[in-house]
Amino acid sequence: MSFISYVIRGISLGSVYSIIALGYTMVYGIAKMLNFAHGDVIMIGGFIIFTIMSTMGLNPLIAVIVAIILCTLLGITIERIAYKPLRKAPSLAVLITAIGVSYFLQNFALLIFGADTKSFTSVINVPDLKLAGGNLTIAGETLVTIPLCIIIMIALTTFVKKSKTGRGMVAVSEDRDAAILMGVNVNRTIAITFAIGSALAAVASALMFSSYPSLSSASGAMPGIKAFVAAVFGGIGSIPGAMIGGILLGIIEILGRAYISSQLADAIVFFVLILVLLIKPTGILGKQIQEKV
Amino acid sequence: MAMLEVKDLQVYYGVIQAIKGVSFKVNEGEVIALIGANGAGKTTILHTVTGLIPAKTGEVIYEGIDLLKIPAHKIVSHGIAHVPEGRHVFSQLTVYENLLMGAYTRSDKSEIEETIENVYKRFPRLKERKGQYAGTLSGGEQQMLAMGRALMSKPKIVLMDEPSMGLSPILVEEVFDIIESIRKSGTTVLLVEQNAKKALSIADRAYVLETGNIVLEGDAAKLLNDESVKKAYLGE
Ligand SMILES: Nc1ncnc2c1ncn2[C@@H]1O[C@H](COP(=O)(O)OP(=O)(O)O)[C@@H](O)[C@H]1O
Ligand SMILES: [Mg+2]
Repeated sequence: MSFISYVIRGISLGSVYSIIALGYTMVYGIAKMLNFAHGDVIMIGGFIIFTIMSTMGLNPLIAVIVAIILCTLLGITIERIAYKPLRKAPSLAVLITAIGVSYFLQNFALLIFGADTKSFTSVINVPDLKLAGGNLTIAGETLVTIPLCIIIMIALTTFVKKSKTGRGMVAVSEDRDAAILMGVNVNRTIAITFAIGSALAAVASALMFSSYPSLSSASGAMPGIKAFVAAVFGGIGSIPGAMIGGILLGIIEILGRAYISSQLADAIVFFVLILVLLIKPTGILGKQIQEKV
Repeated sequence: MAMLEVKDLQVYYGVIQAIKGVSFKVNEGEVIALIGANGAGKTTILHTVTGLIPAKTGEVIYEGIDLLKIPAHKIVSHGIAHVPEGRHVFSQLTVYENLLMGAYTRSDKSEIEETIENVYKRFPRLKERKGQYAGTLSGGEQQMLAMGRALMSKPKIVLMDEPSMGLSPILVEEVFDIIESIRKSGTTVLLVEQNAKKALSIADRAYVLETGNIVLEGDAAKLLNDESVKKAYLGE
């Protein structure tokens, strides 16, 4: 029974990684950059929810909605101020800027919210599910996280596949100049991508801190890096790849923690990444770079 | 007044000057050929007209407005379509979705469907393959798709960059037939080609480009019989 319960916990944690990984993978696909500040947007989202719920005493749903709105604006602002001026700059400059934005957000949170670790109150008020005569317990957070992740994935895939804006995103990610010739506004498309990624980061923060309630200015960094690993694992640029990569990573992490060593769990995660990249450098669902005929 | 007039255009890649003061005109209803050897600057000129590359100096006047002053993504909605060199279809989108991309700046869904039907009439192969990913098409089919996609914006002028490149002789014929039919439907064409013979035989007028300068211009039929053109570009 404990194995099944670990796998379920793994899928739940992996669902959170998937949602975060979507932000990485979409931004990489469309803006061709790694937004290393993405994890810190999750941390900011956590503080927004915490402040609204615990300090102002408002209801969790309001807190999550406000966090989604503010994180979306934060994502658009970061893109506008830090990345947009670097559109034609070498990718190393963009990468360093992203790391700079990440440090800025962490120190900003440190300044505003203080250095002490906060205890996050779960936004999810669903009772745990007891199965198999009480031998298998599934947390209420898990019961919400997994279906929500599936819904997000279906909605996002449908949006990209069926909407005009979504098609524009695919076009920009594949061939920016050709997309411009069709009349696609690349700056607007990139801004929309950051908006979607950051809104999802807020959702991820609500889910993650509800299951793992310690919140500090550094809380976004590790999940951010792991979600980045998940995105690479699944094939960076691929939406279903982010989903698969995230879930596998969550399962590997929880099983590694349970059966091998809780200290080594993170190392195991990165070891698996290296293995995957050695065997299939483009990740599980990564596209081969196509030769032009 | 000319439909499109390029005046004293100069374009640089870094410190290297690729276009050294080029001027030419395209009148409504004409097919204009821009010919020249590989590296002469033909693609650079087209990219500058549609805003993908900035110009150093000069003007690109289209129906009274300077295209150099408007952002690249707004140019197609003025009635200018560009079939880029190497096709550049969206391989991860289906044939149908590629055509929809061509109509990106249009909003009336039923009119767009009507245009798609017209494109299918012109290119029956595309209709057969409408659900197929563009990346799986043959080179000739991709060229047809790139041309069909350009027509989806209902352009007044189409810029075509080496549409016959890399195609078999039968497909080359087909491509030039299509250009002919595009002209017949009232659309102006600016045609860039290395296949000078075919380009000159279809064009009204032509310009010959050599390392960033126009060295010769005139009636296409006259250039076809010009001794220096024959020697340099027609392999005679
Ligand atoms: N992206 C680029 N960077 C630097 N130089 C370029 C670039 N594209 C083209 N060039 C140079 O500009 C000149 C004109 O190229 P191009 O316009 O592609 O010629 P054509 O289309 O007539 O073959 C060539 O000398 C080419 O090497
Ligand atoms: Mg060229």
